[in-house]
Amino acid sequence: MKRISSFDDLQALRESAQAQLATRQQNEAQVIVGMGTCGIAAGAREVLGELLKELQRRNITNVSVIKTGCIGMCEREVLVDVVRPGEDRVTYGRVTPRDIPRLVGEHLVNGRVVEDLLVGRIAMQV
Amino acid sequence: MGFYRGHVLVCGGTGCVSSGCREVIAAFQDELRKKKLDQEIKVVETGCHGFCEKGPLVIVYPEGVMYCRVETADVTEIVNEHLLKGRPVARLFFTEPLSLDKIPRYQEINFYKKQKRIALRNCGYIDPENIHEYIARGGYDALAKALGNGGPATVLAEVKASGLRGRGGAGFPTGTKWEFCAAAPGDKKYIICNADEGDPGAFMDRSILEGDPHSVLEGMMLAAYAIGAGEGYLYIRAEYPLAIKRVQTAIAQAEELGLLGENILNTGFGFRLRIKEGAGAFVCGEETALIASIEGERGIPRSRPPFPAIKGLFGKPTVINNVETLANLPQIVLHGGAQFAAVGTEKSKGTKVFALTGKLRNTGLVEVPMGISMREVIFEIGGGTFEGKKFKAVQIGGPSGGCLPESQLDLPVDYDSLTGAGAIMGSGGLVVMDEDSCIVDVARYFLSFTRKESCGKCTPCREGTLRLLEILERITGGMGVPEDLEMLEKLAISIKSTALCGLGQTAPNPVLSTIRYFRKEYLAHINERKCPAGVCQALFYYRVDDHLCVGCGVCAKICPVSAIQGERKQPHHINMSACVKCGACVERCPFHAIIKE
Repeated sequence: MKRISSFDDLQALRESAQAQLATRQQNEAQVIVGMGTCGIAAGAREVLGELLKELQRRNITNVSVIKTGCIGMCEREVLVDVVRPGEDRVTYGRVTPRDIPRLVGEHLVNGRVVEDLLVGRIAMQV
Repeated sequence: MGFYRGHVLVCGGTGCVSSGCREVIAAFQDELRKKKLDQEIKVVETGCHGFCEKGPLVIVYPEGVMYCRVETADVTEIVNEHLLKGRPVARLFFTEPLSLDKIPRYQEINFYKKQKRIALRNCGYIDPENIHEYIARGGYDALAKALGNGGPATVLAEVKASGLRGRGGAGFPTGTKWEFCAAAPGDKKYIICNADEGDPGAFMDRSILEGDPHSVLEGMMLAAYAIGAGEGYLYIRAEYPLAIKRVQTAIAQAEELGLLGENILNTGFGFRLRIKEGAGAFVCGEETALIASIEGERGIPRSRPPFPAIKGLFGKPTVINNVETLANLPQIVLHGGAQFAAVGTEKSKGTKVFALTGKLRNTGLVEVPMGISMREVIFEIGGGTFEGKKFKAVQIGGPSGGCLPESQLDLPVDYDSLTGAGAIMGSGGLVVMDEDSCIVDVARYFLSFTRKESCGKCTPCREGTLRLLEILERITGGMGVPEDLEMLEKLAISIKSTALCGLGQTAPNPVLSTIRYFRKEYLAHINERKCPAGVCQALFYYRVDDHLCVGCGVCAKICPVSAIQGERKQPHHINMSACVKCGACVERCPFHAIIKE
């Protein structure tokens, strides 16, 4: 470990350490990946792996990545839901690892829904 | 280090270690490796969550789902279902004792919902052996703030404004203590952390040292800076090996980062820390005895004044603070004394950690705002006594405290109202008793503890506690005489006013408070030769009800001293001169034919 010799050093160390702990925050922004048997068979694990890499590349730490079970639409797996704070929950279908940069860049970061993968929306509960 | 999408936090406090968390951690690591999830999910060993009753506890983030009593056999299911497929395992959720609801997220459990965590804010949330996690939670920010702007006087002013009082038992205002020491002349000053936690049933200090050691180190540094000390000692009892190990790790990591040692953060402030292992004498929690012990002398108290703040360790001005007091300090300095003072009552500010034990459903460690009623702590957080058992009394403050009956439960919990009721805040042990506990026997137990722990230096404590114990043993032994009660009270009051240190001055409290609230029970022992709770062995006997007994012979077989005789299919009888009153026959009899009276 490097010795800390100033207040700025301490602050810098704190920021890098906070990124490691971000997973333990209850974030409002979420990406939910369908991980039922159907999802896994359709390649959900690869999608999830790519998603984690993409978040790391962009240094996004305030998003929770959550797995969920089958919701019944197995035909459209891999299903990925993106939730931005205060907005509708948007479901995407037949997602492949190649689509991940678009989902993250367009929707998660900039709030623009990726129409060609869209399956449906669930209105935010008020 | 990579980015992990999930964290599995396994409690590594002493309670969970003994219920097998180490094996659970190993099983998680193994299973995650097998499923190739070890690059996605991190396993972290944390300190105590406080809910030791339900351990080993596992919390999975980002969802914040808590699993109770996890065994190695459950690990595969959690990994397969929850971590791989995203379906939390409902079977292992906490079940609320009254409503029987399964609750996945620990923040929603009554046990946690009512708490306000300041001293315990990081316990169970961070890895205590990783300084980075403490820093990420705002650790050492208070130190940077103190060193950067303001200087010692500002730290002192914030602590005074917070109204923080010593959490070790006596409740002396921390700021005032520091002020005395800061003003005392001396070329060298010391700060000591009192981690000689000795009250039966209390374990908050151990949990803080195990779960968040850096908060105590930072608290000591702030105290040292405020009073002008350059050296500090942590006096930890040797019975706490895990706490000692984690504090050693914390000191080593802080030194490596330059947060301990010379010229901290380039400000010229230097601070060194040493650990002194105590041999576990109760009296060494008393500050002058503790100082003697660090100096290498026998751990016996001396008369005060001079107070340690003027003439303490090696004759130098010394501040001694309790672990929990110190753990509060970083939050006070960081957010200001006023914010801390907003919590609690007029004279008792902030929160207090209580160790809930005894006959209630949810035992463990809870931190609640001062002024909360005892009823809320016992019945809402603690879940109340077990099915069908009536609450009888709560013992608060350990061997120096007192027993409070149901009528006193609505008392707000703060230093002054507890003292008024005949108990003390103490270090915060809460032992709940139901109708099966005998009050006289409880008083006898605590007296036997203080008598053994009395150092023997002053006569009132050495001889007085022995005499008190003799009288109590006489009463529980069925030989009490009517004058005993008066004698107990007289003796107790004179010990209280003449003993040298806190141990002797508070040792009669259990006797006085039980006589005050449960006089009837004493009288039943003395006049009627009866123990209403059926605990005191000399005051009850067993007999077989001839009408209920069918002569099955189960009791005769189980009796360890062969005191039960009888022909098969004929009513049996108990030979009372041989009976040791173990109660084994009562538990076994299928016809409830053995009666205790």
